[in-house]
Formats: sequence, structure tokens, C-alpha cells
Amino acid sequence: MSPTAVTAMQQGLQSCEGCGLLSRPAPGEVEGRCPRCDEELAFRKPASFQRTWAYLLAATICYIPANVLPVLTTTTAAGADSDTIMQGVVLLWSPTGWPLSIIVLVASIMIPSAKILALAYLLITAQQGSVANNEQRVRMYRMVEFIGRWSMVDVFVDTFTAALIQLQPLMSVEPGPGLIFFAAVVVFTMLAVESFDPRLIWDSVSSKEAGSKEVTYA
Amino acid sequence: MSYNQPVGDTSLIACLHCDLLQRIPELAPGASARCPRCNKELWRHREDSLNRTLALTLAATVLYVVANTVPMLGLTIVGRDASTTVIGGAQHLWDNGQKIVGVLVLFTAVIAPALQIGLMLAIVLGAMRARPPRWVGTMLRYHPTTRIWSMIEVMMVGVLVALVKIADYATVIPGMALFVLWVLVFILAGMAASFDSREVWERVQWADEARSDAAGDSLAEGTS
Repeated sequence: MSPTAVTAMQQGLQSCEGCGLLSRPAPGEVEGRCPRCDEELAFRKPASFQRTWAYLLAATICYIPANVLPVLTTTTAAGADSDTIMQGVVLLWSPTGWPLSIIVLVASIMIPSAKILALAYLLITAQQGSVANNEQRVRMYRMVEFIGRWSMVDVFVDTFTAALIQLQPLMSVEPGPGLIFFAAVVVFTMLAVESFDPRLIWDSVSSKEAGSKEVTYA
Repeated sequence: MSYNQPVGDTSLIACLHCDLLQRIPELAPGASARCPRCNKELWRHREDSLNRTLALTLAATVLYVVANTVPMLGLTIVGRDASTTVIGGAQHLWDNGQKIVGVLVLFTAVIAPALQIGLMLAIVLGAMRARPPRWVGTMLRYHPTTRIWSMIEVMMVGVLVALVKIADYATVIPGMALFVLWVLVFILAGMAASFDSREVWERVQWADEARSDAAGDSLAEGTS
């Protein structure tokens, strides 16, 4: 890192998330439009902390019914049997099926909870103005961003299992009430990632440097 | 809201992950530049971007149409058959009281991929002109969103798991769409990897230009 690290915000410049163009808002304005791609511009994503917390809270609330309620109900001549996500993982566990069982365990149980914890950690440290581990924190953000969509695996598993196994009266599989909550966890955490502005991780570092050093902008 | 004043030199940028001001160097095709502070990739200069992307996008268009018209999975059990397409899976959720999840599946597995491919086709064709028109910029701005929500690769892992689950009860017959979709996963990854958005942004007609060319009242709004 160069000792004269300067951010766009310190120079009164805004960079466009749509097209990357750097531009200066009209005098006295804090918001504007990108002259190249027409995107609305601000120094930071508007109300990033509040919106990310809101989505994260919604995801956390949905996380409970998503794991407690059944996602699939199997009806056979012998009666009906409901499975939660975790029971689905256990059912898949067999001498041949265990790698898929692990895929579902990671995608459906570990990734959603890790995502919620990671986002909460990023929000809290950024709001406290932490200046430690910035590179690790922004890397964590990118991992959460990259990996989040994979939680949808279970939604697709249940969709196609239910769509195919329609052999009434022998056997039929129907989606359970937990499925919508599980899908909601995935969608809300993805929206939380999108509304979080990773530049907030760096703002405390940037203002510290600006305060301690003469800043030159070439 | 009025238009911002561009800084004039488009090689001067700020990292979108840490806001560090910096200059993007001129890169040889194939080379990439990273932010010195947070290591975000700022630009990768793709080789022969438009031609390669066009070829892959055309391939993706054909595969997409096939993948959504032929059965993906079938099964037989004690003399009875069943089969489903991707859309059929979403339809079944809708019909069985899971309307919202059905719409989500339809959106992530069918609609978003269609937008991802269709927009890319239009962008590449428009960008082949010396001065890509304004609508290319509009589409390019929304294209990353369609990429986030297009989840064909995730669906394919889900289908694989479903296959193994079902194999316990019945004989599974992989449909043609299953193979086509797997190829499509790789074509879409190649499409994203070959496209150089920065190169197109450098040449596209700007929003403020288009605005000042348009009628008087929109001009007044744009400069007020």
C-alpha cells in the first residue's frame, strides 16, 4: 500500500458501480448521475448499513423455520413422511451417496449460517470503525458474494424431486412449508450482500491516513 | 438529479471495493490489473473479446432453446413413466401451493439465464459498431444483475442430487436437456470470461450525450 493512499471520496469524486467511470458531483451536491451510463451515484451505497442489517435480520428470522419445518413430504401407501433439510442430508448418506450428502450439508446448512455470521461480523467491525484485518475482511466479503448462490442447491433438489415423483397412488413427493423459508434465507442473504458496500471496510483506514499524512493527488 | 462532471481521463478510477484512487495502466491483451490495496481485479484485458463472446453467446442461445424444450429427467417405476423439463419443475411448485418458490425457480433457472444470454447478444452486436449506441450502455449496466441471479450451474448440482435420491425408488432416465444444460454451464462461464466490459464502456455513447440530443424538456431536466 502506498503511503499516500487517497480515496475517491476524499477527493470529492464518485465512481460508478455500473460502468466504473470516475466523476465529480455538481458543487454542493452529494448525489448525481453517471454521465456515461446514467446510474445514480453516491459516495457510498445509500443506507448500506441499515439495508444490509434489515436483510440480514430477515434472513436470520427465516433461518429458523427453514431448518425446523419439513421441505419435502413423501406420501406412500404406508403413509406420509416429512423431511427437514437436515433429515434430507441424513437420508442421502449411504455408501454411494455420501459425497452428495456432503454437498447438500455444505450448501444448505453450512453456507447459509456462515454467510449470516460473516455478514454480521463485517457489519459490526465496519460500524465500529475497525482498522484491523481489512484485507481479510474484504476477502471474506468476496467469498460470501461468490459462494452465496450455491445455497439454492436444495431448492432445486426439492423442486425436481417433487416434480418427478408423481406416481399416485404408489408414491408422491410434495414440497413442504419449510421450502419457502429456506428460499427466503438464500434470497435475503444475497440481497444483503448486494446492499453492503465493501468500501465501508476501508473508510476508517482511509480517514486515519488522511489525518496523519500530507496527501498529494497527482 | 444532474449529471456528474467526468474527470476527463477514464484511466483514472477508484477501486469499487476500497475506493482507492488509481490509474489503470495500459494492458496487453490477456493481462490484468489489480488494486494494490485490496487486490480486487480492476480490469482484465481480454483477447479478441467481441468475436469470442459473440461465438459463445450464439452457442449459448441454441443450447438454451434446446435445454428448455426437451425433457430433462424421466423415470420409470413398475411400468409407469414420468418426465419433466426445467419449466415443468417450476410449474409443479406453482400448482402445489408453492407459488413464490415456483416463481423463484423459474426466475433463476429460466428467465435470468434468458436475460443473461439475450442481453449479451444485443450488447455484443451493438458493440461491434465503431460507436456503440446508447442502448448498449443501458443493457451493459443491467447485465451483471442477470448474471448474479442466473443459476443454471447451481441447478445442475441440485439435479444431480435429485437424481441420486430418486434412483433409490425408480429407474432414472437422463433426458437430452440434462446433457445440453451441462454444456451450457461451461459455455456461459466462457461467455463471461471472454467479455471485456471496460473495452465497450470506453467506446459507448454516453448518457449525457444521448440526453442532450433528445427533446428540449429532457435536456432542461438533465442540466438543471
